[in-house]
Amino acid sequence: MTSPQTIDRVRTPPIAAARVPGFTRLALLHAKYNILETIRIPIAVVGNMLFPTLAMFFFVVPQSSVTSDPLWSLISVAGLAMFSVMSTFLFTFGVGVAEDRQLPFDPYLRTMPAGAGPRMVGRLLSAFLFAFVALIPLGLVAAIFTAAAPQLPRLLLGVGTLLAAGVPFLMLGLFIGYSLSSKAAIAVVQVVLFPLAFAGGLFMPAEMFPSWLATLSTFLPSRAGRDLVIGAFAGTDIYAYALPVLIGWGVLFAALTVWAYRRDEGRRFR
Amino acid sequence: MSTSAPVVKVAHARRTFGEVVALDDVSLTVDAGEIVGLLGPNGAGKSTLLSLINGQRRPDGGTIEIFGQDPRTPRARIGLGVTPQETGLPASLKVGEVVDFVSGHYPDPMPRAELLARFELTDLAHRQTGGLSGGQKRRLAVALSLAGRPRLVLLDEPTTGLDVEGRRALWTALRDYHREGATVIVTSHYLEEIEALAERVVVIGGGHILADDTLGAVVARVQTHRVTFRSDAAEREVAALPAVSAVERDGGRYSLLTGDSDALVRALVTSGTPFSGLEVRGASLEEAFLSLTDTDSEVAA
Repeated sequence: MTSPQTIDRVRTPPIAAARVPGFTRLALLHAKYNILETIRIPIAVVGNMLFPTLAMFFFVVPQSSVTSDPLWSLISVAGLAMFSVMSTFLFTFGVGVAEDRQLPFDPYLRTMPAGAGPRMVGRLLSAFLFAFVALIPLGLVAAIFTAAAPQLPRLLLGVGTLLAAGVPFLMLGLFIGYSLSSKAAIAVVQVVLFPLAFAGGLFMPAEMFPSWLATLSTFLPSRAGRDLVIGAFAGTDIYAYALPVLIGWGVLFAALTVWAYRRDEGRRFR
Repeated sequence: MSTSAPVVKVAHARRTFGEVVALDDVSLTVDAGEIVGLLGPNGAGKSTLLSLINGQRRPDGGTIEIFGQDPRTPRARIGLGVTPQETGLPASLKVGEVVDFVSGHYPDPMPRAELLARFELTDLAHRQTGGLSGGQKRRLAVALSLAGRPRLVLLDEPTTGLDVEGRRALWTALRDYHREGATVIVTSHYLEEIEALAERVVVIGGGHILADDTLGAVVARVQTHRVTFRSDAAEREVAALPAVSAVERDGGRYSLLTGDSDALVRALVTSGTPFSGLEVRGASLEEAFLSLTDTDSEVAA
């Protein structure tokens, strides 16, 4: 029955522009629930913190020649910190997005009046928070067991640079997450993460590489990020094209992400 | 926002998944205040049609509009309410949190207490959704579709898996919301659900719209019975009986689909054809759709 009186009672359209939730509010909303969901499963957070801190304990702390030298200590910590940020971003975005896409809640979210932007920014905020939290134990171990002792402004600049240098990896993670199933994403993230980390000098200082690898390394986002971070912490010289290399990879991964997101319609049916 | 545009306008929509044509040249217009049932067997294309209307998928051909806008733009979806699949609720979030999260997307959401009360979820507000029973999850999923006080609600199989009582309660809540002025589109493969909710019924089969009529008219068309009996009569003779829409023969046993079993049985008896073991039962909706598909494909072609 579609009688006119039924139509008369249709609510006035709630499209008062001022009351439509804006980008910031939606992004914060998504960040909040993203964080809430993550901390309800604490092992995910703890696991992320543990690996770089343990690596620090087993591979850096025992080498007194490194830990007694402030610069070498910083270089070692910066490499592992870069690795920590990289792995948080690649896993949160690569595997996290791929897993979410397989849940029926994701297509549902796509029917709500928030575009991709607020959802991504929300995820970004929560990933920054967890990446930052994961740096704390690493920083504590470094402060207690090594000679690394940057001044406060340098420390802040370094942490800021770390998170910023993580953005291209975040984009790479998103691209993987929107392109692959979660099982494939876990494999691809691991295949990408460890070689990039090693060749970028995050485990073994790039200064010890054979010259061909040292040169190749400078074109990798992991190496560029690491050197920018070391520069920020220690005030040392950074090779000239580190920033362009990092930005270039960032732009490439961002473009791939946008392409993959547009193409994605949730789960595939064949 | 123009008020003259129909709430939903689907024009010549086509959508394929690889080789499979899920929807083929489907056109459908729904006006403000209507409550429309999309009826069809599994795999008929109902859910695909809904996913085009809610902006989740893009049509391969044709156009889709809600409130005169492309549903793939977030702004068009402010007036849209959709149910998530209950299996997909974020398990670690609490009922109240999920409601707040969804409500936060809309300019004029329904107050949390009112929404929970409408669906008898008030006592569950502090439970994690992972710990809810299937029926409770289903109720929450349907409640979420109303969180933003939408003017258009799309419900995909809203009461599947609920017991009779739960189903009735949910239907009442949905009818109440429709009475407040909303436009509702509900899919189901249960005739009972469509009868309880819809005023207009659109039957979909094989990616086409087979029928689009008032509830009464469509129900009459799909109220099919199956008449079976044993007989040595020739198939041609049996097929000539009145109101027969399909004939199956298995050895000496005939199985007929009919829209009027009374007339059929009366004619069978008066024709003098010898028979034994007569049985009359309501055909399943699946069978009714098949007979509808058969008769309509000739008309449509």
